Amino acid sequence: MNAGELSTLLVWAAGLTYTIALVAYTTVLARIAEARPRAAKVAAAGATAPVAASVAVGAGRTAVLDRPGRPSTSPAAGSGTAAPIVADAGVPGAGRRAAGIARSMTYLGLVFGFVAVVLRGIAAGRWPTANMYEFTLVGSTMAIAVLVLVQRRNQIPFLGVLVTGAAALALFLGVNVFYVRAEGVQPALQSYWLVIHVGVAITSSGIFAVAAATSVVQLMRARREEGSTRLAGRRWGWIDTVPDARTLEALSFRLNAVGFVLWTFTLIAGSIWAEHAWGRYWGWDPKEVGTFVVWVIYAAYLHARTTRGWAGSRAAYFVLVGFTAVIANFTVINLFVTGRHSYSGI
Amino acid sequence: MSGYRPDGLEDAFTTDGAERTGATTDDAVTDRDAETDTDAMSEVTAMSAGASEDVQVPRIGVVGWLRWVWRQLSSMRVALMLLMLLAVAAVPGTIFPQHAQDPAKVAAYLADHQALGPWLERLQLFDVYSSVWFSAIYLLLFVSLVACIVPRTRVHLTAVRSRPPRVPRRFDRFPAQGGLTTTATPQQVVDAAAAALRGPWRWLPRFRVDVSTADGEATVAAERGYLRETGNLLFHLSLVGLLIAIATGQMLHYRGQALVVQGHGFANAVVDYDTFERGTAFNPSSLVPFSLRLDSFSARFSPISLEPRDFTADVTVTQPDGSTSAQQIKVNHPLNVGGANVYLQGNGYAPDVVVRDSAGNVAFSGPVPFLPQNSVYTSLGVIKVPDVTSGDQIGFRAALLPTAQQDTDGVWQSVAPQPANPLMVLTVWTGNLGLDTGVPQNVYKLDTSHLKQVMGPDGQAVSLKVQPGETVDLPNGLGTLTFKALPRYVALDLRYDPALTEVLVFALLALAGLATSLFTPRRRIWLRARSAADGRTVVTAAALARGDDIGLQPELDRVLAAVGRDLGIAEDEMTRDAAVGDDASAVRDARAAQENEHPEEHR
Repeated sequence: MNAGELSTLLVWAAGLTYTIALVAYTTVLARIAEARPRAAKVAAAGATAPVAASVAVGAGRTAVLDRPGRPSTSPAAGSGTAAPIVADAGVPGAGRRAAGIARSMTYLGLVFGFVAVVLRGIAAGRWPTANMYEFTLVGSTMAIAVLVLVQRRNQIPFLGVLVTGAAALALFLGVNVFYVRAEGVQPALQSYWLVIHVGVAITSSGIFAVAAATSVVQLMRARREEGSTRLAGRRWGWIDTVPDARTLEALSFRLNAVGFVLWTFTLIAGSIWAEHAWGRYWGWDPKEVGTFVVWVIYAAYLHARTTRGWAGSRAAYFVLVGFTAVIANFTVINLFVTGRHSYSGI
Repeated sequence: MSGYRPDGLEDAFTTDGAERTGATTDDAVTDRDAETDTDAMSEVTAMSAGASEDVQVPRIGVVGWLRWVWRQLSSMRVALMLLMLLAVAAVPGTIFPQHAQDPAKVAAYLADHQALGPWLERLQLFDVYSSVWFSAIYLLLFVSLVACIVPRTRVHLTAVRSRPPRVPRRFDRFPAQGGLTTTATPQQVVDAAAAALRGPWRWLPRFRVDVSTADGEATVAAERGYLRETGNLLFHLSLVGLLIAIATGQMLHYRGQALVVQGHGFANAVVDYDTFERGTAFNPSSLVPFSLRLDSFSARFSPISLEPRDFTADVTVTQPDGSTSAQQIKVNHPLNVGGANVYLQGNGYAPDVVVRDSAGNVAFSGPVPFLPQNSVYTSLGVIKVPDVTSGDQIGFRAALLPTAQQDTDGVWQSVAPQPANPLMVLTVWTGNLGLDTGVPQNVYKLDTSHLKQVMGPDGQAVSLKVQPGETVDLPNGLGTLTFKALPRYVALDLRYDPALTEVLVFALLALAGLATSLFTPRRRIWLRARSAADGRTVVTAAALARGDDIGLQPELDRVLAAVGRDLGIAEDEMTRDAAVGDDASAVRDARAAQENEHPEEHR
């Protein structure tokens, strides 16, 4: 078995591992939903607790969350920060076990994914970001890496469900649809910009993915806080355990800010490369248009965040639109539109 | 225009004297408007928060109306709308073929859609990115940007010189707090704190610090994050610079395309290019008259997938002064000559043929570039022979198979891109080539409207097969055709754009400004050192950030730890007080207090 075959095998392994993590995260959610009514009764704080929590988290989080060793002084803060540690303490035994499985499977999948990427690069004899399959492989690995980073601070099972689910889907799609043999690349791709431009593009896509998942949770949380009838009831009880909408908004913004700066860099690096390879830095190639549209949408998001009446939930929809554009830019433009970025190899 | 404040100033600290004295930072409790932004301050592009509410009904008159338009344009809502419009307007360019990218596709689309096509054409949907409506959107966006940025720059120029706000009376409502007790004097404490806050670099202090002493207590007020708005403004101004640089480049640029066969060359003059386009401000007489000769071209392909792996063109450049130099052009490695870049954009085969007419005279001789159709370089070309001694003109339609192989059905096809077994298959036409009509003709197309295909005795079209070095007789005694050799050609793109450096510089400035404005935290730290009854000094500190800032408490801790180190206090003496709002309202108070400081911002 050569490096390329081993890489493919590891991609399958990573996909399976993410699937197990997905199931485990879902179990955690289910357990939380089951445990929720009991917990609500126990918490005598009753109606005031959610309100207190929602405010306290935003401001006090720094003091309590990041420093587990420090004694937390107030019950309000305790309940407010219950969400981040919920996977460990906020759920009964089975849920805690599931949370452990989810976490370890995510880590294992990340290792599989990383090794698969390295082996793919060895098999091809170059940086492995030259076609859709490799983009999918590296991109999902990046998303999981960002998830792991985020989960270290805020354990949000639903975020885990979204991201591991998307990563598993992307990998299986990659192996079955996008797969091409590990090989060298055509002259236009033989440049160090393949590492810089594409590498940064994938990284920001991964970050945007986690940010979008965070925004989904934020929107659901905001709906429930507003008393939405659709998100009421036990089934959606787990929503109460995630950080409040304000905190999620801040988290999503931080991720999107990093993603946006990297995306800007992607645009600039791509322009420099296009100037080298094609003799123009900008030519309205479909991929360039797509990247530009994504950039404009996220720019609109950053503006919307600071506009009265648009901040919060409405701005979060921009994130979803933006990430949809990222996905469309990757799939639709690569597969159905001919342009100079037609490197899918399929 | 008194009372007019530019939009979006919640992003800037505007603590002028009056506000500072009027601010009772710790006592004011106002209910925060639920709709107010979540993170008003920490925003790169916080250009406006709804100016439309306070736009006054304009007085009758042109000036009032203009002012209204100006305020609308500078409002965030309009900017947001224009951004969304821009995103949507860019999309049709990927759906419909574009003149600028692929004129042939546009022509094909127009032919296929007789009814719809002209309407799309009228709506400029084949020229989206130079269309009136697309230009209008981005130009309005830039006007909006300038309308927003100019007043903000003015305000920021004052704001960057402002001092940190005075120390609040009470610290217990701030989101991050800390403290310590020491035997050092209050003055020593505040000096140590000021040093820790300023950081190691004199020229770029981390915090702007004010120290004051009064009534037996010493206080420190510090603020950081002034660069945030600076970065924001830099980003937006760089975008304007970028637009100007791109426009300048467009006006001064030229681009020429030339097809050069091995052993041949071309001179840098408008007439020598197959296509040549230039900006309105470019003067063709300023072309540097160098010349370029293609010595050899090598191509390498993957043996498995037949994908190209390397293209290299070796050329000799002759400068205007007569000096020559051997150079190499590869994909991704353009050649810079005469201020322009020469790019290797394509390649193919140009069969070298000689056609003799029925009289035995050479009617045509030379390489004819063929256009590759697929990855194995099956190439199509046309040979036009107008100069026959007598009789009809001759035209050939030809296909070149670099590595010809006959499949089981007897059909010849190419199986590899390299010229391992070249075979040219030709069909012959006679009549009028139409070259004398004065209408420019496509050299790759044979206009058969006045031509007749030569048929064999069996009624089938005559098809000639010829390999390099061979000569075949043309049917009906038309003459002979010799396939002399199979040289390659390269398609070169020459491009000159004097504004490239400016474009790059503005793009990088924009990136730097963006990163600065998004990642610079805005924080205020206050510290109070007071002598206690036992002679020791009690130090309390508080910190405030706009919006959620996970680094706030660590920053305060860092400062206190540095003070402790400086004064030789053991870590465990420090009274750290995680001020997680014993009641939620405390935090809200702190936020409200913070807002109260800039009451006019939340009109």
